[in-house]
Amino acid sequence: MIWLASLILLTALAGIWRMTHAATIADRLLGLQVLSTTGIAFLLLLAQWQSNAVWRDVALVLALLAAVITVALVQMLRKRS
Amino acid sequence: MMAAGDVLGSWAFYAGWAFMIAGCGFFATAALGLLRFPDLYSRLHAVTKTDTLGLGLLTLGLALLDPSWRSCLMLLLIWLLVMASGAVNCQLLARYNLEQEEEDNHRVS
Repeated sequence: MIWLASLILLTALAGIWRMTHAATIADRLLGLQVLSTTGIAFLLLLAQWQSNAVWRDVALVLALLAAVITVALVQMLRKRS
Repeated sequence: MMAAGDVLGSWAFYAGWAFMIAGCGFFATAALGLLRFPDLYSRLHAVTKTDTLGLGLLTLGLALLDPSWRSCLMLLLIWLLVMASGAVNCQLLARYNLEQEEEDNHRVS
């Protein structure tokens, strides 16, 4: 379980690298999406690993926020341009 | 009865672990595509598809490991949310980037 969790955290690191070293803002939002998805996966693994169901609720909240954030940011950028 | 339960339990255990390992493999592919692909559209292609399928396999494996109603419904809800938001975000980002590129082309010519 810990190896799978560290693999997922490495994927999250790739997302962070894409967020910080990107030319366009769409690329940064893509990195943010990878980061949120890997965060959800890590929290689900943590819930099974520690056998604590609270982390599953946290993952659900993160999924809800991740569903909204890109839509909101793209709408804001379109209004500005 | 007891033996049947044990066999079922071990079958679900191995299948769950296999699904979880496959899902994490898909996550690693997403990271590789994110780092190595040349432009935004191929990166979007890599990330959204592998994230959806990887998280789907991971939730399937976790549901096999912990088959209670509450956790299964929760995992299904999370997977549906991530799948819907991944598809919508992919379309939004690609269209936004296309609009920006067209505007830049008009500005240059």
